[in-house]
Amino acid sequence: MAGLSFDLLALQLFTGVALGAIYVLFAIGLSLIFGMLTVVNFAHGAFFMVGAYVGLFLVSLGGNFWLCLVAVPLIVGTIGLVVERFLIRPLYGRGIDYPLLLTFGLSYVMVELVRIAFGKSGYPFDTPELLQGAVNIGIGYFPLYRLFIIGVAVAVLLGLWLFLERTSFGLIIRAGARDPQIVRVLGVNVARVWLFVFGIGTGIAALAGLLAAPLQGVIPEMGSTILAEAFVVTVVGGMGSIGGAVIAGLLVGVVVSMTSLFAPEMAKVSIFALMAIVLLIRPQGFFGRAGLMS
Amino acid sequence: MTKRNGSKLISRRRLLTTASAGAVLAASPFRINLLQAQEATIKVGFPVPLTGPYGTEAQDQVRAAQVAIEEFNEGGGLNGRKAELLVRDDKLNPGEAATRTLELIEKEKVNFVVGSLSAAVQLAVNNITKERKVIFNSISQSDTINEASDFSRYTFHEALNPHLTAGAVGRYAFPKFGKKVAFLTADYAYGHEMVRGFQAAGKAFGVETLVDIRHPLGMTDFSALLPRIQALKPDILCISNFGRDQQIALKQATDFGMKKSMKIVAPVLLYTGRVAAGAQAFDGVIGGTSYYWGIEDKIASAKAFNDRFRKMHSGKVPSDYGALGYGGVRTLLEGAKAAGSLDPDKVIEAVEALKYDYYKGPQYYRKCDHQSVQSVLIIESKATPQKGDADVFNVIETEAPNDANLRSCEALGHKA
Repeated sequence: MAGLSFDLLALQLFTGVALGAIYVLFAIGLSLIFGMLTVVNFAHGAFFMVGAYVGLFLVSLGGNFWLCLVAVPLIVGTIGLVVERFLIRPLYGRGIDYPLLLTFGLSYVMVELVRIAFGKSGYPFDTPELLQGAVNIGIGYFPLYRLFIIGVAVAVLLGLWLFLERTSFGLIIRAGARDPQIVRVLGVNVARVWLFVFGIGTGIAALAGLLAAPLQGVIPEMGSTILAEAFVVTVVGGMGSIGGAVIAGLLVGVVVSMTSLFAPEMAKVSIFALMAIVLLIRPQGFFGRAGLMS
Repeated sequence: MTKRNGSKLISRRRLLTTASAGAVLAASPFRINLLQAQEATIKVGFPVPLTGPYGTEAQDQVRAAQVAIEEFNEGGGLNGRKAELLVRDDKLNPGEAATRTLELIEKEKVNFVVGSLSAAVQLAVNNITKERKVIFNSISQSDTINEASDFSRYTFHEALNPHLTAGAVGRYAFPKFGKKVAFLTADYAYGHEMVRGFQAAGKAFGVETLVDIRHPLGMTDFSALLPRIQALKPDILCISNFGRDQQIALKQATDFGMKKSMKIVAPVLLYTGRVAAGAQAFDGVIGGTSYYWGIEDKIASAKAFNDRFRKMHSGKVPSDYGALGYGGVRTLLEGAKAAGSLDPDKVIEAVEALKYDYYKGPQYYRKCDHQSVQSVLIIESKATPQKGDADVFNVIETEAPNDANLRSCEALGHKA
């Protein structure tokens, strides 16, 4: 292994953290929705993709990227509200498989609709001008845009944490996740809480899609690869645990990055190898509650 | 009650009419004509990956193949026998492609098979066609299909092969940009073949390989592979992958600022890929291609083909792989015309004898491996298109058709 310097190792580690930030952003919405609603949202990848397309559409209308950062989660979050209210809500109380199948089917419908509206081939999505190029971070050059993604991930996490831990609505959400019946008895409209949580989850997925667009361009199938990876992150972290998603997301990023350095052809497999190892040792994941899936 | 009776009555009446019409048709000479006309068409089976990651390319191949079919039919066909294209979706899957090809041969009784768009898929198709002694013209890149073990006299290869494209790009880039080379390679046959092509061409220039990083297919993030390449400080980075992998790798290498310290080249740059990924990712990248519509300014056959394509497909221009679909179908139909027959042996002889210029300048099939000897265009991505959205490449050099740039017949295992 020639040329394996400290700087390279440090940069590789940092690359893994940046990669992990993307996984985290995508997985927390999934984890939030599962933790609160016990809905395994297979349409999460589709919302991710729709986020990228809505961003593309707004930019083509003359909007800029910064505006999209706010508008895209709001627009797609609203779509999420409609989906929860009219499609998912009738299925509560019928077990975990009903919403799972529904969202699975929904994701196909969404991808097909986007194919009809925007065509099957992809579109480029330029990195915003302010964030182009690489900067020296002391151990080597690193793309400014990826640093920005780390920043957004931290901001989203902080915001989510403050919202859940420090607001009364957050308290209701947490209580509703634990025991919806008692919360309902206390006079809280639990249905509205769940509606809102689903909207937030899809909004974050859309934001992640928008942020991924300048990294890889935009195609209708972009949600499916990352969905598999995000499920690994939530399973490793423990289904439904937001803290678990954060730690597992970063860990997956670092594992992928380090595997890439020593055995690049194993980069994709390493994610699933990690999951297999964690599941052998701790079947419920890092912070998962046992029996949540049953 | 009455209503029900009425509907029964109608259906009985309709049944009678239909039956009698059928009887009249069966007895009439018209039916015999119909059958004869059906038997008379020349059927070209066309298995391509309409769905999946190369769907855009495959659809363009179909469009271009239709141009060849229509031209043939307008020109009177083969003594009045018209040709038709039977398109099948091979889903980019060797098993699916083999099944579809078998169905085309056994059920549809196709005269020729043209198509496929992946090294593995074309070998699967080739196995079926050579077994059934049906002529197959492959329009996908591969080195293996030229080798004696996979080749048969029923096999033709209209596409370039990776040895030739990578070699041409290397011969252009090594003297200009330097001798220390890093590779970022898709870990499958096509990727490995491109690297081998670069390295074979590089020997003459004393090129040194610093690293060959092999990545799995279908990556969406290359960031973890890039720091090591940067640390090695190569003069040239060869991106030896394809399709969306290539688009994403180029985009992310740009983000990492790698274009500032090294030249990025790719054996094959696709027109559709450049359009989908945008100018930013491809800016300054150099690569090879079999065809670019912009050569119509200099080459008359390209102009004629483009015009025809534009007319049939609402002003679109053909892509590189699209043009191969045209060339692949047209050479076999012209071969049949020259042979005056559809007998495979006669058609093979006629195609072997072709010296053709259908869309990109002079070409011919080399006798030993039926590889189409042709030019390779060296292209550079344009930062800003001037002539509309399709104006994405500059052709900076053309490597003339030359037997010597291919692997020799002996190296491929053919007996002289």
